[in-house]
Amino acid sequence: MHTILAKTQLSPNVTRLEVAAPRIAQIRQPGQFVIVHRCAGAERIPLTVADADPAAGSITLVIQAVGKSTRDLVAMEPGEAIQDVAGPLGRPTELITSGHALCVGGGVGTAVVHPIAQGLHRNGARVTSIIGGRSKEWVIFENELRRFGEVVVCTDDGSYGRRGFVTDAAREALAAGGIDVVYAVGPVPMMRAVAELTRPLHVHTIVSLNPVMVDGTGMCGGCRVEVGGETRFACVDGPEFDGHQVDFALLADRLSAYRDFEQKANACAEETCRIGRH
Amino acid sequence: MSAPISVKQRLQISRQAMPEQAADERNHNFGEVNLGFTEQLALLEADRCLRCRDPRCINGCPVAVNIPRFIDLLSAGDVAGAAHSLLGDNTLPAVTGRVCPQETQCEAECVRGAKGLPVAIGYLERFVADWARQHADQLPVAKPAPTGKKVAIVGSGPAGLTAAGDLARLGHDVTVFEALHKPGGVLLYGIPEFRLPKQIVDQEVERLKQAGVKIECNVIVGRTYTLPELRAQFDAVFIANGAGLPVFMNVPGENLKGVYSANEYLTRVNLMAAYEFPKADTPVLVGRRVAVVGGGNVAMDSVRTAKRMGAERAFIVYRRGKEELPARLEEVHHAESEGVEFELLTAPVEVLGNAQKWVTGLRCVRMALGEPDASGRRRPVPVAGSEFVIECDQVIVAIGTRANPLLTATCPDLKLNRHGNIEVDERGMTSVPGVFAGGDIVRGAATVILAMGDGKRAAQTIHEYLMPAMTKPVNGEGAAASLCAAVAGDRVHSL
Repeated sequence: MHTILAKTQLSPNVTRLEVAAPRIAQIRQPGQFVIVHRCAGAERIPLTVADADPAAGSITLVIQAVGKSTRDLVAMEPGEAIQDVAGPLGRPTELITSGHALCVGGGVGTAVVHPIAQGLHRNGARVTSIIGGRSKEWVIFENELRRFGEVVVCTDDGSYGRRGFVTDAAREALAAGGIDVVYAVGPVPMMRAVAELTRPLHVHTIVSLNPVMVDGTGMCGGCRVEVGGETRFACVDGPEFDGHQVDFALLADRLSAYRDFEQKANACAEETCRIGRH
Repeated sequence: MSAPISVKQRLQISRQAMPEQAADERNHNFGEVNLGFTEQLALLEADRCLRCRDPRCINGCPVAVNIPRFIDLLSAGDVAGAAHSLLGDNTLPAVTGRVCPQETQCEAECVRGAKGLPVAIGYLERFVADWARQHADQLPVAKPAPTGKKVAIVGSGPAGLTAAGDLARLGHDVTVFEALHKPGGVLLYGIPEFRLPKQIVDQEVERLKQAGVKIECNVIVGRTYTLPELRAQFDAVFIANGAGLPVFMNVPGENLKGVYSANEYLTRVNLMAAYEFPKADTPVLVGRRVAVVGGGNVAMDSVRTAKRMGAERAFIVYRRGKEELPARLEEVHHAESEGVEFELLTAPVEVLGNAQKWVTGLRCVRMALGEPDASGRRRPVPVAGSEFVIECDQVIVAIGTRANPLLTATCPDLKLNRHGNIEVDERGMTSVPGVFAGGDIVRGAATVILAMGDGKRAAQTIHEYLMPAMTKPVNGEGAAASLCAAVAGDRVHSL
């Protein structure tokens, strides 16, 4: 059992949980994730380890509540325990040890960028982060990322930082030159847009993919993605891949496979709420 | 208790049929298909055993169950004695009594098979094992003197659980590490409820826990701990993590929505209980017309599951003929009677999809059997101009699995074969001293019982490795050699 030690609301639908997982806190590396299984009957959900405190034996999970399973998870309170947390899974990020890295985070993807920036900073690389959200209240992890270097904040409506998309800011940063590698994590269209920005510039671009997973250990193959024309399993071969090689259209399409079920689960959960079982 | 009966009388009893759910009912539910012998049926069937002086059935059993002994005790009305005898030979009899291919093992050796039908050994095993599950209180768990030796087992599937049970019985301190959130491995995520109720796996695991076996879930060896880390903490390690990586067909359209590996499809339905969605949170896509590619037990499990999930039509697409289907005979019969359609001598060439990238069909080619290939089976060759389309909205790929490199990648010292399977010597020991391996990670995808056979042998050789003074009073250079000889001799005897 993995007790929730603290809970913070980061944006209207993004929650940060500190969860007891001593072994994972000790050995996790940037880019790795865990599979969280709240209780019997719940889904197994892959979540990036956004941060860890080895001394406290805790890991940080950042959850965007979009469906029933994620809403159930963020409804948990400190003191309650998650039944299963398995990991760390996936390959650690390829980190540069010198030079200048541009880290681009969109929405909840900013939490996935955090451990990458942390690792780069620890390695001695220069880090510039570009992060964004719809408006001010949707911007997360700004202060954390400032510890590792310059942070450019973008909001769609201009309510905070500069107005526009993270890709606009990324285009400018790339035009200024000196960027050795780009790490981009966020919604599929954002990652694709960043990869298209860097492709003509030949700047190596790493993206973190979030396909549907069940076991997270290579057993089910549900997370298959196409990279460089080859089928790869995001859970064991990734989750990070060369953004110039990823078939983003396929990823977006496969992510939509369970949309009807999600709606049904949501409708059912609301029904249950009305009946008053919760 | 019945009076002794003559061989002639025994010969006059015909094989008792397994009571089962009606085919047109069971293909709509997940309840167990085979309902089990009643005591009356079991006693009648037990009387069919001729009590051979030199019983060959034992040689047909990969874990060498003393079949005549438990049948004899059962006949004598001593079910507890039969259970005790069976459990002494076989850690998971309620499982093997349900999923073993008896027709190629014990029952293939039964002398009664020469003229007529063999004794239904599997059904009797199941009967005794089920009695044992229901009367656990009458079967005291032995508490052997601790040896002080610690053994780690990687994987809680059939090989791991069998080794765990046998090692605990020998007094070793056993910890089983499981990657998923529940122990059982393929027994849990792979084999469907209608063939092996999950409650049975839970009960078998519970019995092992009572015997002192510790089980730690959510530990992925290769990630949570490396193999060298485990080796440093334990006196011996047994790797039984299975052949976890699904193989895909490598044809166009395989990443369309509606294409599943059998592993994913069965895991969603079995382990995650997706058939209860939305009561369970994990969904599974429901096909109206489902094509399952492959002819083994996993393919039969998938196609029969698809029927139960509501498929109007479900097909087995297999590139060889009916004779070559690797599945257990009973599974093929059950699938046929449940309305599964067989497209034999047929190989897929492309998965077809619509503009929204959902599966709409499976383009196939007919095959003919040519010259025997390396496996000795006749090689299927495509028939020119025979392409056709099976209209379907779901394709399940059940053509096998490979070794998962997650663990082996963290231990370069571990010698692998060209398929990525771990190489072991005649003791079942890997190239790393004190690290043993068995089951599918060594063999490639095989059966539950062969994995259990490996687990049983590994437990014995691990015991000999840990307690050389107790098991073989030899010293120096000769020890390993004579140990090998002893084990080799034992294998000849038990196989």
